[in-house]
Amino acid sequence: MRRKLFALVDCNNFYASCERAFNAGIQNKPVVVLSNNDGCIVARSAESKKLGLKMGQPLFTCEKIIREHHVQVFSSNYSLYADISARIMKVLGQFTPTLEVYSIDEAWLDVIGYEGENLTELGKTIKERVFQYTGIPVTVAIAPTKCLTKIAAERAKKDPSYHGVLDITHYDQEALNSLLSQVAIEDVWGIGSKYALFLRNYGIRNAKALKEADQRWIRRFLTVVGERIVLELRGTSCIPLETNRVPKKMIIRAKSFGREVTELAEVAEALSTYIARAAEALREQESVAGTVSVFLHTNVFNPNIPRYTNAFTIFLPFPTAFTPTLITYGLQALNAIYRTGYRYKKVGVQLGKITPNVAQPDLFGDNTLDERVREDRLMFLVDALNHIYGRDTLFFAVQGVQRTWGMRRLHLSQRFTTSWDELLTI
Amino acid sequence: MEETRQAWLFVTPVHAGFPSPADDYKENKLDLNELVIRHPEATFYVRVSGDSMRQAGIDAGDILVVDRSMMAAHNAIVVAMLDGEFTIKRFVQRGEQLYLVPENPQYAPIKIEGEMEFQVWGVVTYCIKHLV
Repeated sequence: MRRKLFALVDCNNFYASCERAFNAGIQNKPVVVLSNNDGCIVARSAESKKLGLKMGQPLFTCEKIIREHHVQVFSSNYSLYADISARIMKVLGQFTPTLEVYSIDEAWLDVIGYEGENLTELGKTIKERVFQYTGIPVTVAIAPTKCLTKIAAERAKKDPSYHGVLDITHYDQEALNSLLSQVAIEDVWGIGSKYALFLRNYGIRNAKALKEADQRWIRRFLTVVGERIVLELRGTSCIPLETNRVPKKMIIRAKSFGREVTELAEVAEALSTYIARAAEALREQESVAGTVSVFLHTNVFNPNIPRYTNAFTIFLPFPTAFTPTLITYGLQALNAIYRTGYRYKKVGVQLGKITPNVAQPDLFGDNTLDERVREDRLMFLVDALNHIYGRDTLFFAVQGVQRTWGMRRLHLSQRFTTSWDELLTI
Repeated sequence: MEETRQAWLFVTPVHAGFPSPADDYKENKLDLNELVIRHPEATFYVRVSGDSMRQAGIDAGDILVVDRSMMAAHNAIVVAMLDGEFTIKRFVQRGEQLYLVPENPQYAPIKIEGEMEFQVWGVVTYCIKHLV
């Protein structure tokens, strides 16, 4: 089998680092970024981690620490993070044409072309260039398999002596085993908490033990997915780069309201907006949906109010990605489950039975080919205008204009890179 | 951050006689992005407030094009982080010593001392000025 070589580039505390790149006053201060609705912590700078602030910790449980240590608090500024992420991915594209954007702050690069060169130097160059161009610090890990790059990256983050770059391609068995024995089984990429518990019962407690486990036994109990991880730990690459994302089989758009909502009209506005966003994602992957499911519930964390949770699925007469059709059926589903007298916290939509958009006209029904072409064109125009002139340049009236149900974002920084009115002012 | 590229679509129908002689001379439309942006992934815009760079032609309200990918050379105008604040100044090197020099006699040059928290954020490449 041909040798492979991967570099994992992982942004350090990405959201917090984005805020820091545009704020000279918080360079060495503890920074945290909050989830939607300012609920809990989703990103922490190194200083915040030292203060004991935890990932996912609800804001109201750490207000004292925040006050006493002057922790800088920010709402999630997704416009900023998405733009900075796109810039970073472009910088990474300067090093290789083959890269997998794994998440907003992580990417794998195929670096086989650099084989024989000093890979630690390559890692340093990548790290320095990303910081120079975007101001975001990253960790770079280089290994012959994706699974091993994950382990090397965690190691490099924990041990400052690596300065954020670790190449383990030259490790011998002993060095590799020593590294793997320090990785708890639940921290191995791809091993879920359920399998980790199972493996622990059989004495497989760390990555080294998993690497040395019997391959057939693993295949029997952890399927081929587990077997691949074992092989990857042994240095044989079996999980290839996904440079073309497989279209999603299900698209969900849902968010909690900034405050509790009671009126049907407000819930319907929010739902329509999420359906419009989901439909946009659907069209972007050139697919159509066969079902629309709507779910609605009250605040599950508040035991003092009447609780209500429900969902309803409508099978569409023909698969579509046409926003008005999806909204029409979505609102029917909402009407089926909406009850007055409850204070709702969340509504969402799930588009299912997703298939590629190839015309299947229903000759005798509503869905003629002409109709389909007309709908596709209209949606293409809506998407193009929204893309060029900003989200919601064109929207459906049912989505509402006021959006009083929107997210609570009390600590939002400016959209420094995506809005002329919000530039950094110096 | 989006790169815009424009391309001409040639629509002269050939069968209807001579093609337009101008077709051969059609070139890309001039795009200001091409002129002012060399490294799109490293280019940011900032708005000016204050008058410390007045004599360099940089006034309050102007928009500066800042390229983070460029190394600050002697005499370049830079955006820098200095002790917790952003500042726009001329970057001056005298031997080993660094200075941030304003372009306005009402302000004094700043000598960069070891204990200062100092970092060049980017190099100013263009100034966009509103004239009407």
